[in-house]
Amino acid sequence: MIRQLLLTLLLTLSTTAMAAETLTVYSGRNEKLVGPLLKKFTAKTGIEVKVRYGETPQLAATLLEEGDKTPADVFFAQDAGALGALSNAGRLQALPKETLDKVDARFRSPTGLWVGTSGRARVVAYNTKKVKAADLPKSILEFTDAKWKGRLGWAPTNASFQAFVTALRLLKGEEAASNWLKGIQANGVRVYKNNAAIIEALGRGEIDAGFVNHYYLYAAKKSNAALPVDNYFVAAGDPGALVNVAGVAILQGAKKAEAARKFAAFLLEPQAQEYFSQETYEYPLVAGVKTSASLPALSKVGSPDMDLSKLDDLRGTVKLLQDTGVL
Amino acid sequence: MTRRPPVGLWVSGAVVAALAVLPAVYLVVRAAEADASTWGLLLRDRTWGLLWRTLGLAAAVTVLAAAMSLPLAWLTTRSDLPGRRVWTVLLCVPLAVPTFVSGYVLLAAFGTGGVLEEVLTRWGLPVPPVYGFPGALLALTVSTYPYFFLALRAGLLSQDPAWLEGARSLGLSPARAFWKVTAPLLRPAFVSGALLVGLYVLSDFGAVALLQYDAFSRAIYVQYEGAYDRAYAALLGLALVAVTVVVLVFEVWLRGRAGYHRSSKGAARAVAPVVLGRWRVPALLFCGAVVMAGVVLPVGVLLYWGARGLAEEGGSLLEPAVGSVLASVLGAVMSVVGALPLAFLAVRYPSRLTLAMERASYAGYALPPIVLALSLVFLGVQVVPFFYGTLVMLVLAYVVRFLPQAVGTVRSSLLQLNPHLGEAAASLGQPPASVFRRVTMPLLRPGLLAGAALVFLTAMKELPATLLLAPIGFETLATRVWSATAEGRFAEAALPALVLMAVSTLGVGLLVSQEGDAPRG
Repeated sequence: MIRQLLLTLLLTLSTTAMAAETLTVYSGRNEKLVGPLLKKFTAKTGIEVKVRYGETPQLAATLLEEGDKTPADVFFAQDAGALGALSNAGRLQALPKETLDKVDARFRSPTGLWVGTSGRARVVAYNTKKVKAADLPKSILEFTDAKWKGRLGWAPTNASFQAFVTALRLLKGEEAASNWLKGIQANGVRVYKNNAAIIEALGRGEIDAGFVNHYYLYAAKKSNAALPVDNYFVAAGDPGALVNVAGVAILQGAKKAEAARKFAAFLLEPQAQEYFSQETYEYPLVAGVKTSASLPALSKVGSPDMDLSKLDDLRGTVKLLQDTGVL
Repeated sequence: MTRRPPVGLWVSGAVVAALAVLPAVYLVVRAAEADASTWGLLLRDRTWGLLWRTLGLAAAVTVLAAAMSLPLAWLTTRSDLPGRRVWTVLLCVPLAVPTFVSGYVLLAAFGTGGVLEEVLTRWGLPVPPVYGFPGALLALTVSTYPYFFLALRAGLLSQDPAWLEGARSLGLSPARAFWKVTAPLLRPAFVSGALLVGLYVLSDFGAVALLQYDAFSRAIYVQYEGAYDRAYAALLGLALVAVTVVVLVFEVWLRGRAGYHRSSKGAARAVAPVVLGRWRVPALLFCGAVVMAGVVLPVGVLLYWGARGLAEEGGSLLEPAVGSVLASVLGAVMSVVGALPLAFLAVRYPSRLTLAMERASYAGYALPPIVLALSLVFLGVQVVPFFYGTLVMLVLAYVVRFLPQAVGTVRSSLLQLNPHLGEAAASLGQPPASVFRRVTMPLLRPGLLAGAALVFLTAMKELPATLLLAPIGFETLATRVWSATAEGRFAEAALPALVLMAVSTLGVGLLVSQEGDAPRG
């Protein structure tokens, strides 16, 4: 028994030693989504990649606990908030200017500590059997109307939802945000664990409309093409049309900083950007790469004009969510 | 008994207890960073509301699971129920179903537009409410009753049949003999089962989140998930530890100081099984209903998902299956090994200190697993960096988290063991190690196996610690299921989830076949 344990330990230690020439990535993005892309990176550059997959917030918490002793070189996160939390804690190092410049300024850190790699739009997903797109309001704020009573679903613990609430606070003010949260609750909104659960519930007809990210629909339709659910984009400039990003950052004290910079650059190359557009149904962020045919153009989505790095004020958002009794 | 325990026992017990309280130490370190406004958040009314809701759920699940498990344990150990071994294995399987799967199963079956809703309404039957308290109660009872079931089985198997025979020979009916003799002797097993179930409910996140029941662990998750507020999360975690301490103190009071072991040699043979007669069909129906809810329904829903795209699951499942079994077996063995000194100290050398050491093993158990995982990240990086990122760290996490499952069962078996047996062997000139190996261990077998089975099953489905602490690239079946469901790809989750359940069934089957039917004297 003990011998077996020691043997396993030795094996594990020796693989760690052998892997000295590899890049270590913490990925809050799902293996099914980005695994094939990481393989392409290895094929292209010859740099091996070791990946710890997990939930973005949990990996961010882990990186905060590990501090400067982290084995990770790169953090590939699912939302700007987590990247903001790490940059606030001084855990990130600056990316090269030529990498940053490939992406529009609103989709990257103003201090150059992280860069967006793909766009994720907030949408209202709805059950097509129960609601017509024409009956859906232009602004997310109008869902507080009593006619939506008992018909809505949200996932308030979800990072993307919280990013949206942060945007709402910044764009419309604390009071408006607070009123919206109270109004939606007054409509008896159902609480789901995450976006995927909302889409499932919409498919079952449990609710009529839910606040989600745009690409969950396409993942769900892959396993069930007949799902009676569609995405609705609210009017341009509305907080409900916020485009958040998945992004990449290099950790302070990364042992493979050079390889890490190559990795960040790779994610912004046309090959990778097309991958996001075609395989994960996200918005490419580098000019000249085509958006998936199933999606409206990013320019038409009309994300409200705001600095995404301000989405790191999660404390204020969580406090508001707690004060209004949402959390 | 005021004898001093051997030094080796002291030291090993102290080491295990120290490991077990590490998560609490980490929480204190983090909570020290909390400022006044954070304390204000903790002390508002909402926290108390959450606490009551969570405790209410824990109590309800515990009572329901106990009421279900006693007849099941009795039927599979003491009666002539057909296929007892098979029922035993099937009744344990729900422990290996990840709660996020059982939650989905419940929704898929009974939720609006669910598979069973249509059938039930067509027959004019009521559809059980899935959201809120009833759903959480149902899901958690189905996934935790095996804690009771296994503990009670181990208790029944190591009971001396002579006592029951004595009672029967004095003219007591089988039913009265059961309530007068068998049931009171099961008190330690009941108490250990209740602790495992109740405290597990405090820590559960998957089911309460999916079924929309607002519980304490959800509040803790929210802090990590959204706010990265480690200080507030730590305060909430400490509040949960405080609740655990209260529960444990209450349990000591409840347990009393009764002795449970026999004084004479005891009968070295099996109890003659009770003939069920016309009760056989209801008994089979009852077992069948429980297996239906805990095994058939999840498998059915998984097959239904799978049918929508089984072919999509790429890659072999062999590697994650091996990973699951390797880590879970190591976790199970090390947990039982760690539980032995604690149980021995508490049972054979009872004192305030040894009792406190045994209680300490529960410190991390009621905490949401993410808190425990992060505390071990902290420990690993700061104290044992050479182990960080290796399998050792993962096995350690399993031990710290699941130790109480082993301590509880080992302890209740040990309580039924007469210490004079070992002393007799020692007086015949056997060295202590040999006494332990040749006398004590064989007698403890049902308890050790039940403990190992519990840890093995729960470790198979463990997720947060596995994701954060396993060597990078180390996959388990649970991480495979997670990686598919996280993006809503249920079809791809079906196959690894089914393999997870199959491998777990196999593992418990092996353990049960080692158990033997007869208590040994």
